[in-house]
Amino acid sequence: MNRPFYRLANVKQIYNGRAVLDVENLAVERGEILAIVGPSGAGKSTLLRLLNFLETPTEGEIVFDGTPIPRDPPLDLIRRATTVFQRPMLLNRSVRDNVSFGLSLRNIAPDGRVADVLNRVGLAGMETAAARELSGGEMQRVALARALVIRPDALLLDEPTANLDPYNVGLIESIVREQNESQGTTIVMVTHNVFQARRLAHRVGLLLNGNLIELSPTAEFFDSPRDPRAAVFARGEMAY
Amino acid sequence: MFGDLLPIILLSLYVSGAALIIAAIIGVPLGAGMALKPLPGQRLVDLIIYTGMGLPPVVVGLAVYLLLSRSGPIGFLNWLFTPSAMITAQVIIALPLVIGLTSSAVQAVDPALRLQVRALGATPAQVMRTVLWEAKAGVTAAIVAAFGGIISEVGAVMLVGGNIEGSTRVLTTAIVLETRQGNFGLALALGVVLLTFAFASNFVLLRLPGRRS
Amino acid sequence: MKRTILVFLALALLFSTFAIGSVAAQDGGTTYTVQAGDSLYRIAAKFNTTVSAIQSANGLTGSAIRIGQVLKIPASAPATPTVPNTPADPSTLILATTTSTADSGLLAAILPYFEARENIKIKVIAVGTGQALAIGAKGDADVVLVHARSQEDKFVADGNGIDRRDVMYNDFVIVGPLNDPAGIGGLSSAKDAFAKIAAAGSPFASRGDNSGTNTKETSLWTAAGLKPKSGANGYVALGQGMGETLLYSNETGSYTLADRGTWLALSAKLPNLTLLVGGASVKKNPDPALFNPYGVIAVNPVKFPKVNYPKAKLFIEWITSLSIQRRIYEFGRSLYGESLFYPVAKTP
Repeated sequence: MNRPFYRLANVKQIYNGRAVLDVENLAVERGEILAIVGPSGAGKSTLLRLLNFLETPTEGEIVFDGTPIPRDPPLDLIRRATTVFQRPMLLNRSVRDNVSFGLSLRNIAPDGRVADVLNRVGLAGMETAAARELSGGEMQRVALARALVIRPDALLLDEPTANLDPYNVGLIESIVREQNESQGTTIVMVTHNVFQARRLAHRVGLLLNGNLIELSPTAEFFDSPRDPRAAVFARGEMAY
Repeated sequence: MFGDLLPIILLSLYVSGAALIIAAIIGVPLGAGMALKPLPGQRLVDLIIYTGMGLPPVVVGLAVYLLLSRSGPIGFLNWLFTPSAMITAQVIIALPLVIGLTSSAVQAVDPALRLQVRALGATPAQVMRTVLWEAKAGVTAAIVAAFGGIISEVGAVMLVGGNIEGSTRVLTTAIVLETRQGNFGLALALGVVLLTFAFASNFVLLRLPGRRS
Repeated sequence: MKRTILVFLALALLFSTFAIGSVAAQDGGTTYTVQAGDSLYRIAAKFNTTVSAIQSANGLTGSAIRIGQVLKIPASAPATPTVPNTPADPSTLILATTTSTADSGLLAAILPYFEARENIKIKVIAVGTGQALAIGAKGDADVVLVHARSQEDKFVADGNGIDRRDVMYNDFVIVGPLNDPAGIGGLSSAKDAFAKIAAAGSPFASRGDNSGTNTKETSLWTAAGLKPKSGANGYVALGQGMGETLLYSNETGSYTLADRGTWLALSAKLPNLTLLVGGASVKKNPDPALFNPYGVIAVNPVKFPKVNYPKAKLFIEWITSLSIQRRIYEFGRSLYGESLFYPVAKTP
């Protein structure tokens, strides 16, 4: 078996004396789409921040592509992952400036990359529009384009479609799937929408109160979960 | 008459302009830094800065005088009664304004945006640059407010500059002098020049892009 | 016999004009009997010693001495310092002076000659006498030109200044509203005028800034047996310069004490004020108490090694030189028909 892309061992994240995340063992395989589901406050966003190296864990070790992550991770390591958040978080600039932002941080000339990626997200020719004056779905697609254009090895998605209409949800899901299939990008997505997890993910994990209580291939997670709480969640019956 | 006024106007612009540039170079990163990464004891620092924003200029002048006096701790610089002393005093007056208002402007930028910028691979310096650019209307307001504060200030420059003709006489001290001599017309003309500067700097502020959002 | 007495009296008079006190040798030093017109500074200069040396030899704390008092004079000390003097900036001379010398235009009329001769830039800090001496007492000026003899003597006695010389004089005048509610117009005594103003409760604007004019005003109130308090009986202490105080008086119908130079320079802009006590010119001023002498003092390089003492010394010699004294006399005569300042110093 291949070396896992991410390996978390005994990772604890403690805020103000309270453990918001306590993961004994988690391996994210190279090139998979892993969905993390769970109710609000289960530690899903915290997990993504750790995977993007935006925080360092209070305890435990994260190994990324064979490299143990030090407390002060080097920039080139951080830059191999990126996150798209629930809110698009665009800069108050043009679409082009937003999409090429990550490239300019890396001193990479955008060349044709901005036009290509805008084409992929269905916003061809929108370069000069003011990013914050677009519709919600368009803004989130600009945010997704901004992440894709830097060609990340790991794409982290934090409820990227939670506020969107079905058309934009479908569009974004297909872009994400296509990115995974054509580029082999490892994708970890956090959602509390079990149906989205079922549509997109190769494997699904359930976080409850900071603990990863189930992690199975998608079909298994929904058809024969080991943990009874996962069964409740998989049926869409858990209150959250 | 204008021939006599020109050096005074230019010196006013030089002193306050230099003080503003120095205060901005020091104060904008400090203000942004404090907003992005609060220090331990930040509340005390905030208290000091807010007090500094209301610092009476003449008190600053007194302190700078005592510092720069030949019998003071940095008297060896030989700056007293020179434009350098006036710039020093004005930097001290402007700094709390620049730091405090920059900090407020940066704090007004959504913290989630900062996280997003980091997630896209920004170094701390790049985060600061990006956030400052997002807050540029507020940062410009900070700088314009500081400029208005120092160009119209009279107490400190009078004390540490000495209002020396052809050397440290600026618009405000010239107004005091002309009023003292009963030359109300000239004093008023100088006041109009001063008002014009204040008007021009505010005009720049209001015309700035990104002002509406 | 009558002739002999006359000759004797004439000789005595002649002798006394030299103001030589009786000097008697005493182990290591001498003694001196104080004459009219003496000050500690003059006595110190006469014996080539310092004010503080005389003070310590006689247990004096202030500068007050009285005629007939016998002073011990310690063995002479060098009057000019021999310590190495390293001016912070040899190319400038900082002159702390009163607003009257600057605002009247006198300095602008004479200083360029010194600047050209010595190739030096004079920086004029024009403030009140009190502040000018305070700037000097921190070593932030090189030379001071002020007008408050008691403060000047204290400045020298405290070791802050040396080489004091009289430069010039003019006088003070009492100005007030045209209708003169206190009825002081034409009085020949300033203290009587002050007493009448106080008795009438008429408004009086005081500089209140420890300037030379303010010092003089205070001494006149004291002479009148009064001690006015700001805010009471029409008396206000403004804490402002001469120009501001005159403008204030013009607006509020107050009496005030002004130096004649500033009054002459500003009177065209003060339509509600008129000169009431002090006469039409310095020479016609009936009250010697209104005499306003200006002195020049070098800041002591022993105490403040960074002052530009060499140039300060040259400046003092220059401003008391015959040609500059003549320029001081000529200044303002064409514009006002009289001198604004009268020279007093003789060339050494």
